[in-house]
Amino acid sequence: MIYASVVEGVIEPTELLARVGDRADGAAILFLGVVRDHADGRPVDGMRYDAYVEMAEGVLSQIASEAAERLGTDRVAVVHRTGELEIGDVSVAIAVSSPHRAEAYDASRYVIEEIKKRLPVWKKEHYTDGTAEWVEGTVPPGTAGRASTNAVEGAS
Amino acid sequence: MTFTVNALFFAAYRDLVGTGSISVELREGATVSDLVGELRGRGAPFDVLPEEPAVAVNQTYAFMDEVLGSDDEVAFIPPVAGG
Repeated sequence: MIYASVVEGVIEPTELLARVGDRADGAAILFLGVVRDHADGRPVDGMRYDAYVEMAEGVLSQIASEAAERLGTDRVAVVHRTGELEIGDVSVAIAVSSPHRAEAYDASRYVIEEIKKRLPVWKKEHYTDGTAEWVEGTVPPGTAGRASTNAVEGAS
Repeated sequence: MTFTVNALFFAAYRDLVGTGSISVELREGATVSDLVGELRGRGAPFDVLPEEPAVAVNQTYAFMDEVLGSDDEVAFIPPVAGG
């Protein structure tokens, strides 16, 4: 089954992992994206994730379906969190299972890389000196947007 | 003939324009490009929006020449940073 969700609450990785798996599967993997305590050498003490939730759920579901197609099965589950997160909190979790490990690794990697390219989600880093900045992101394909983020410099 | 669309702003764009959404009246046949021009033409704070932002129309990524219709939801999408 394909499962894709954008949530405000804490992600429970084991619950996500339980959504995949099958008697035919010899491999199940769980990827967690975690908030770390630094960014480009600056100490970070938290992160805020904003999302265009209605669209993000659709895009996430689309990405999971594409991954399942590559995997040749349909056991892909992914959840992305929004709101204020602390160091060590899980921001994204991806669970995949398949008969053999290669497909599972490929599908998991595909999901996280596509999230980075096109999921309408943004994060603001809170630095230990009290300042905060939106993380410079990626222009999604299929739009006119340019790589330059000059227009948003100075936003805090 | 005119119609209205709902323009949405997220993350850095939301901070810049000071609101998450506004209703904008456009002339029939207007495209995403016309909407961006209309907003930027209003001056501050909308003139800080890029000339060619990434947008989604009704939750699907779109190009600047997409023709808009009544009650369309047009989201201005800053470079994304999920994960």
